[in-house]
Amino acid sequence: MAGLMSRASLVVKSKLSKVLDRAEDPGETLDYSYEKQLELLQNVKRGIADVVTAKKRLELQEAKLQQSIVKLETQARQALGEGREDLARQALERKSGLQQQLQALDGQSDQLQAQQEKLIASEKTLSAKVEAFRSQKETIKAQYSAAEAQVRIGEAATGIGEQMADTGLAIQRAKDKTEQMQARASAIDELTESGALEDFTSDQTELDRELGAIASKSQVDDELAQLKSEVGSGEQQKELQP
Amino acid sequence: MIVRVLGEGQFEVDEEVAKGLNDLDEQAGRALEAGDQEQFSELLGRMAEAVRTNGSRLPDEDLSPSEGIIPPDDLTLDEARQLFEGDGLIPDLPT
Repeated sequence: MAGLMSRASLVVKSKLSKVLDRAEDPGETLDYSYEKQLELLQNVKRGIADVVTAKKRLELQEAKLQQSIVKLETQARQALGEGREDLARQALERKSGLQQQLQALDGQSDQLQAQQEKLIASEKTLSAKVEAFRSQKETIKAQYSAAEAQVRIGEAATGIGEQMADTGLAIQRAKDKTEQMQARASAIDELTESGALEDFTSDQTELDRELGAIASKSQVDDELAQLKSEVGSGEQQKELQP
Repeated sequence: MIVRVLGEGQFEVDEEVAKGLNDLDEQAGRALEAGDQEQFSELLGRMAEAVRTNGSRLPDEDLSPSEGIIPPDDLTLDEARQLFEGDGLIPDLPT
């Protein structure tokens, strides 16, 4: 089996040959190719905007989860203050589940950031090559005979086509990552809508129980012990006041 | 020789580096066959690093084609299979 480099080159070349095979009138081909390059530049700009939008949605969700976590922590304290350890435990279990969701989102955010940076770099390179192609195309049209022009068009089109394939790949990978992230975000939205992220004193749903099950028991125990000592010392202080 | 690291850009490397790349490339091909993600990622990373460290980057406006194309170093095995087979990970160029 061949190495990866030759296989990757083959893939790119086969993409190029489909385009180059169309070449008829050199001047027309050049103008047409340039138009397609500009279209791809627009696509990559759209791709960047999509990633930015997805990242914003993710940040909003993270903020929402943070708020729920703080709220559950407060509710756990209140429940314990009223001697309802069972409810406090439920709230902490749910909090632990939300923290796991939050951690999962954190990695996604980094991945989207990486995709965004790659797309921006790819746009910059493509943009420079498109500009170089534009000026070469004018030179070729003005200065060369048809036969010579054909050779030079082939060279220029191969160079720019390779970058177009590279940028196309960057757009595709960013799109895949964004879609994965959106699927995850939608799953969390569903949790919110189903009430799983709402007030823990409301009726338990199936999702509530699932969230409780995935919550790490030891973390809950540790936190419960910590809260007990905090709430305990708070009550002692109250008793000292006149 | 000019090589392209997909997602990064084009670099000019000398013969010695190109030889080293070929060795790593063969191993990466075997890692892909074996479905060994860890080994695959490590080898792609070493290839990209060899090019970055020992090669000189071509200016963005250079329109030279590359003699070798190296997949991105964060490519997964699934993506690699898509890249080399079927419809491919690279969309068709607009025609």
